[in-house]
Amino acid sequence: MAAVTEQTLVDVENIVEAALVDAPVNISSVGVWDVERVRRDFPVLSQTVNGKPLVYLDSAASAQVPQVVIDRGSKYLGEEHSNVHRGVHYLSQRATSAYEGSRERVRRFINAREAAECVFVRGCTEGINLVMHGYGRKFIVEGDEIIISAMEHHSNIVPWQMLCEEKGARLRVIPMNDQGELQLDEFEKLLNERTKLVGVIHISNALGTINPVKEIVATAHKHGVPVLVDGAQGAPHLNIDVQDLDCDFYILSGHKLFAPTGSGVVYGKRELLDRMNPFIGGGSMIRSVTFEKTTYAGLPDKFEAGTPAIASQIGLGAAIDYLNGMDRAAALRHEQELLEYATARLNEIEGVTIIGTAGEKASVISFTVQDIHPHDIGTILDAEGIAIRAGHHCAQPVMQRFQIPATARASFAFYNTREEADKLVSAIRRVIEVFK
Amino acid sequence: MSELSDLYQQVILDHNKKPRNFHKLEGANRHADGYNPLCGDQLSVYLQMEDDVVKDVSFEGTGCAISKAAASMMTQSVKGKTRGEAETLFHEFHRMVTGELDEEATPNGLGRLKIFAGVRDYPARVKCASLSWHTLHAALHGEEIATTES
Repeated sequence: MAAVTEQTLVDVENIVEAALVDAPVNISSVGVWDVERVRRDFPVLSQTVNGKPLVYLDSAASAQVPQVVIDRGSKYLGEEHSNVHRGVHYLSQRATSAYEGSRERVRRFINAREAAECVFVRGCTEGINLVMHGYGRKFIVEGDEIIISAMEHHSNIVPWQMLCEEKGARLRVIPMNDQGELQLDEFEKLLNERTKLVGVIHISNALGTINPVKEIVATAHKHGVPVLVDGAQGAPHLNIDVQDLDCDFYILSGHKLFAPTGSGVVYGKRELLDRMNPFIGGGSMIRSVTFEKTTYAGLPDKFEAGTPAIASQIGLGAAIDYLNGMDRAAALRHEQELLEYATARLNEIEGVTIIGTAGEKASVISFTVQDIHPHDIGTILDAEGIAIRAGHHCAQPVMQRFQIPATARASFAFYNTREEADKLVSAIRRVIEVFK
Repeated sequence: MSELSDLYQQVILDHNKKPRNFHKLEGANRHADGYNPLCGDQLSVYLQMEDDVVKDVSFEGTGCAISKAAASMMTQSVKGKTRGEAETLFHEFHRMVTGELDEEATPNGLGRLKIFAGVRDYPARVKCASLSWHTLHAALHGEEIATTES
């Protein structure tokens, strides 16, 4: 395998720049949202399930993929497939160009200073584990403290527990109120000279709460503590500007962002990424290897051992192009309208309780129906062609906080409609009928 | 796919609403906890074994209608059975809900438990129906933890 020299990297960057589409950036004036036209971009949505038109209300688990992303994946596999950063041949150049082009799209999408700060990973879980291993295991020692929030996904709890167990460090938790909002006054009290890292979810997948991460980052930084933001649900519902947030790490999951599974990003500030240990060892992440000693590659290669999920990451770039090509302000407003409408309609049903009523919410609605188990709700809704998530949403501590075993969750994307919210409401009435 | 009413039959709904033997068992000499890590459901099965016979059995915990009704009817079915008979029922039940046993064509001892046959049309729900049986199986073997993820 040929080592990548500085010169070939420059060449690749030139090709990347040439390949980048000049997509319009977010339009500030909010136009009318033509949801029916947008739905035609998503082939999955036009099918029937159990004889009924599919009503897909599970985008918080996995968002659907537009045709342009599918086409981009096909084009890669059909015309460009080859390994990246390895060959001098034509196909490898094209694959590398497309792969790095995707990285540049990510950089623009989240406004990182440089593309090298955007490390490709297979998803948020792997991303957080990368930071745990690369940063946590290097810098966190016995007696140190890590602060996370009461509404974290298991992916932002378990890695830190593993680290605490290994190092003898302590995990502390920012509590939340009955609406599902973090208690920031309590957060400030948790910070002390032993605090080494704060990890917080941008938007709760179980409650829909949008957390004030900019404020959390500013508070943590007053104490010199870096902050990791789990952006799995943040990126699909908000415009992300990592420089404005000033967060130290921001983790993205491609399949929540209308891209294929196996794509994702760890954004990290260069000064931190440079100081961190590599995560996975192997090919691509080295500068030189002898049996005596290996020296590591620079960013982002240091964290990208092995052949990456090239097609998926190129798909992520295509998904970002798709998002940039739409009137995103109108899309996000549409989601907020769906949230308000569905919340009001669900509240009309006797026996329905919405879990998570924060003032700032994304279009994710968790709810219970009397004492009917969410799995039973999910099965009956599925018979109506309606896909929701039922369970603990990989956030068991959230369930414990609200003293419930599980919730049903309907999550709305910009391709959902009011009619779909109406169908959800009718189907829930049917659930109540079955269990009467 | 079968009709929803095949899954949510009145008997199942009734057992969900009023589960039988739904309490902790005083005098139990075997006990196991069952977890379905996918959904967070958990239940405990208590056994009072006398020699090789299930003298008494009970359960407690949280779960969906299918898992609660299945646990309730499991306790009714195995009470008074020998360990071997209970194990045979476990295997027959498991094979029925996973579609390996045609409960109408092949002789078996399932009896009223056949109403859970509809579960096999709902692959996501098979574990709900079988959790209590896995837990029973563990308790009979003197294990304390059962899981639907093997």
